[in-house]
Amino acid sequence: MMALFLRDLKLSVRAGGGALIGVLFFMTVVAVIPFGVGPDLNLLSRIGPAIVWIGALLSALLGLDRLFQAERDDGSLDIILMQDTPLALTVFVKCLAHWTGSCLPLVIASPLLSLFMNMNEVAIGAVMLTLFVGSPALTFIGAVGAAVAVALPRGGLLVSILVLPFAIPVLIFGVSATYAAVEDPAPFMPPFMILSALTLLFAALGPVAAAAALRQSSD
Amino acid sequence: MGLNVENLAARRGDDLLFSQISFELKPGEALVLTGANGSGKSTLLRVVAGLLRPEAGHVSFVGAADGEARPAGEVSHYLGHRNAMKPELSVDENLSFWQDFLGDSDGGKGLSILEAAEEVGLGGITHLPFGYLSAGQQRRFALAKLLVAYRPIWILDEPTAALDAAADRMFARLVSGHLAAGGIVLAATHQPLGLDGVKELRMKGFAGTVQDIAA
Repeated sequence: MMALFLRDLKLSVRAGGGALIGVLFFMTVVAVIPFGVGPDLNLLSRIGPAIVWIGALLSALLGLDRLFQAERDDGSLDIILMQDTPLALTVFVKCLAHWTGSCLPLVIASPLLSLFMNMNEVAIGAVMLTLFVGSPALTFIGAVGAAVAVALPRGGLLVSILVLPFAIPVLIFGVSATYAAVEDPAPFMPPFMILSALTLLFAALGPVAAAAALRQSSD
Repeated sequence: MGLNVENLAARRGDDLLFSQISFELKPGEALVLTGANGSGKSTLLRVVAGLLRPEAGHVSFVGAADGEARPAGEVSHYLGHRNAMKPELSVDENLSFWQDFLGDSDGGKGLSILEAAEEVGLGGITHLPFGYLSAGQQRRFALAKLLVAYRPIWILDEPTAALDAAADRMFARLVSGHLAAGGIVLAATHQPLGLDGVKELRMKGFAGTVQDIAA
């Protein structure tokens, strides 16, 4: 399983891998906002956490369609399906590798992009923390969509649309936890705990659902 | 002992592609599937590998060590039309990934990556990215994948596609080595393996199937 993790990580940083593309897209989304909204610093810092989260959500969804489709295209998926190791475990490891290769760079890039949005240190720290905790949920949700759409030749956009409704709660609680850290009266912990719970829930459900979908796809 | 296939039938769409296929392969035996395009060779191989659900019948493998029946797919190598190797990674990385990921089945041990590359006649170029190689070289390394992790059953779908004459002989040597070590080979190929005691199953396609086993 370690071998699978390392291989997927290598693939994500090699040419054609999703790691850098995701960060670039994230940067593009966040960087155009100040130009569109105008140089109102107060407004920017107010909408900043939401924009960074939305940018991260879209970039996280961007690379997901290749999660299983690349394996299917070269025939590796057949061999992975044949093994006696539980398929859900294999999917879980692939999700972890995808998160490390594609979402962790987004978390690391988020402070820089938060500066574009004129956010203060507390807000930057909060965005980083909530993205770190919340983005694994996006990967696990996305894995289900990627598994369902694995046989479709151009399933990329479909994956994003399929998983978006499930990703919305993650976005809501991620953003509200970040705002709670900045604005005083709202407590930080409740939305943050719910965000953590969402990640744990989807970490348990996602791989099982994705494994079931992959089993169906081979027929 | 060995691979057991009983009354297998598979459906593609509404049509029954084949039905009532039964055979038994003991360690050291090989079965070659022949037949026209679309006669169901690949489908039969995928059903045996557990990748397609059979319409009827079942496939099982009974190992020498424990005597328990298990799905044949778990103890099989499957080499399909595609090589299951990543073009971005080097041959070395590809092979060592499969070696670690697959692990050895009971009763045998895989070769090291260097030895496996020597076996397929491409010892010196494992450091190259897989995508740089020619189709024939890629296929040879896909065959090397069968050697790095031990599996008693090899399920091969047109294994000699893109191979030259020398590589055909190399392939025949690999297969006879595997059979001599007590392995089982199930292959869809039009190339004569040049081996004694290889059974042949002729697939007749949509008109129902007639089994024709010749020694």
